[in-house]
Amino acid sequence: MIFLQNAIDAISLGAVYALAALGIGLIFSIMRLINFAHGELIMIGGFTLYGLAGQPYLVMALAAVLAVAVMALGMERIAFRPLRNANPATLLVASFAVSYLVQHVILMIFGSRPMGIDFLPELGGSLEFGGLRLPKLQLIAIVATIALMTSLALFFRYARTGIEMRAAAEDFTMARLVGVRANRVIAVAFVISGVLASVVSLYLVAQAGTVSYKMGVNLVLMAFVASVIGGMGSLVGAALGGFLVGMLSASLQAYLPVDLRAYRDAFVFLAFISFLLWRPQGLLVSHADQERV
Amino acid sequence: MAYEKYRRWQPLALLTVLLIAIALTAAFAPPALQRTVTDALIKLVTVLGLFIFIGNSGVFSFGHVGFMAVGGYISAILTILPAKKHVALHLPAALEALQLPGAMSAAIAVLATACFAYLVAVPFVRLRGIALPMATFALLVIVHVVALNWQDVTGGRQALVGLPRFTNIWVALAGACFALAVAALHQQSRSGLALRCSRENEVAAAATGIDVARERLIAFVLSAAVVALGGVLYAHFLGTMTANTFYLDLTFVTLTMLVVGGMRSLTGACAGVALVSVVSELFRTIERGASFGDLTIKAPPGLQEIALSIILVTILIVRPRGLMSDWELSFPLRSASRKEE
Repeated sequence: MIFLQNAIDAISLGAVYALAALGIGLIFSIMRLINFAHGELIMIGGFTLYGLAGQPYLVMALAAVLAVAVMALGMERIAFRPLRNANPATLLVASFAVSYLVQHVILMIFGSRPMGIDFLPELGGSLEFGGLRLPKLQLIAIVATIALMTSLALFFRYARTGIEMRAAAEDFTMARLVGVRANRVIAVAFVISGVLASVVSLYLVAQAGTVSYKMGVNLVLMAFVASVIGGMGSLVGAALGGFLVGMLSASLQAYLPVDLRAYRDAFVFLAFISFLLWRPQGLLVSHADQERV
Repeated sequence: MAYEKYRRWQPLALLTVLLIAIALTAAFAPPALQRTVTDALIKLVTVLGLFIFIGNSGVFSFGHVGFMAVGGYISAILTILPAKKHVALHLPAALEALQLPGAMSAAIAVLATACFAYLVAVPFVRLRGIALPMATFALLVIVHVVALNWQDVTGGRQALVGLPRFTNIWVALAGACFALAVAALHQQSRSGLALRCSRENEVAAAATGIDVARERLIAFVLSAAVVALGGVLYAHFLGTMTANTFYLDLTFVTLTMLVVGGMRSLTGACAGVALVSVVSELFRTIERGASFGDLTIKAPPGLQEIALSIILVTILIVRPRGLMSDWELSFPLRSASRKEE
């Protein structure tokens, strides 16, 4: 029973990491950018909710999705488009800078202290099934993740833009040569990444009830790990990596001796380094990523 | 042609003279400005340490600030008064009773960190592409989490106080000159040359018989040692150690310095530290409230960081190789490559 309970916690944490990792993996697959500023997209979603506190929840949520999507587009247009041909390390440094910039703009406006906000407090309770505790919020997170992933999969399979994005992920230059419009595909990728980030921020705010200018940092570090483990550039891999990292993290939390629990993240990152040494290309390798000489 | 033989040491000589000149000038300045220059010199030690690995290999490391933390904590444990250690920490009795002079503890801290870096680097240098930077990122997080929670040794979430504050402007100057010499010697050495060769084309370098992993290993350990020296100096400059001092913010600032100045030359690394320090100081003054005649400008905190990140993104877009690119300071003021043409 305890094991089942732990499994539920692990899966729901994994679902949230998977959403964040998908947002990062999507951008990476197309333009080789590891977007450190993804955490700040999540943070912007949180602050949009904060700014609209008191409105109907649906309005707050839709506004957050919209604000984050616009923010993602803005980032792409201002910072990442001029760097499109830079190497991945330069892009990573640039996204580091964008993340730092957005954080400190928010710090300047709202200050550094976390601020409380009521968003969907009704979801705080849990359902009981014969001794099993199912927090409503985590159930919703799992359902939302599955729904989003299914619709993404359908989008990539059948929609014209989705197919174009897969082509761009496979070989960007070739895709352009056969008529895929680079700017459009990348813009759509950023919008989708923004929508995924905003869903994560809805979850985070509903769960923690606070927003702060650094709220996205820790989550995005985990999502990084997840997307690399899955195989950078592979979307299925990113989702898989998210679930794996979430489950590892939750099981460490549950089964580590009490005095080692504070070091949970250190163990996760240690596992990550060992994983990199074992399989640096990730679990699922996209063909585009293999180095050719 | 004896002159030509020494020509490659020209940047080192000129930069050292420049550093001494700056420190001498700052010694007559008000204490606040003196502290700023000391801070910049300490950052220079760190950035030169970063340069040894990142600049020569072209591979980014996000984990070196972790080595600053390790060096700083070791030196802190070796120098704090035993009575204070007894209250704040739970160390083995022998370590608790130990109190070493600053220079000795700095040397031990740097060597110990270098050993730690060696252990880390042996597996790390096997990684290719973006995996190596990601692994160093993970290292930074691990060091941070451990520093934040190892109550008995690092003081955990509370600041570790009572470090002797021996880093004045002269100590920082000596550290910076030392780091400059190490960086220049490595850059001109056979190993440094081979590493820079692999930066331009890894496959070609390997094909000409360069053991890329080995050269990266040497540079990584050397660079961690210099960065650790920066950490020791910084710890004894602040007089306190907290885990959050040595995390993402410091990583960002030092990487900005390296990238803005130009990570391909020593001159670039120095120029980046100078530029970023001047900009930071300027905006810090504005944040405190600056008066120009009748006009007082005061900005909320955060402006400094905003300015730095805008500068970094702009440089990456407009001049991806940094302000100095490959140019080294030399006399007369023209580049060696142009002379060869």
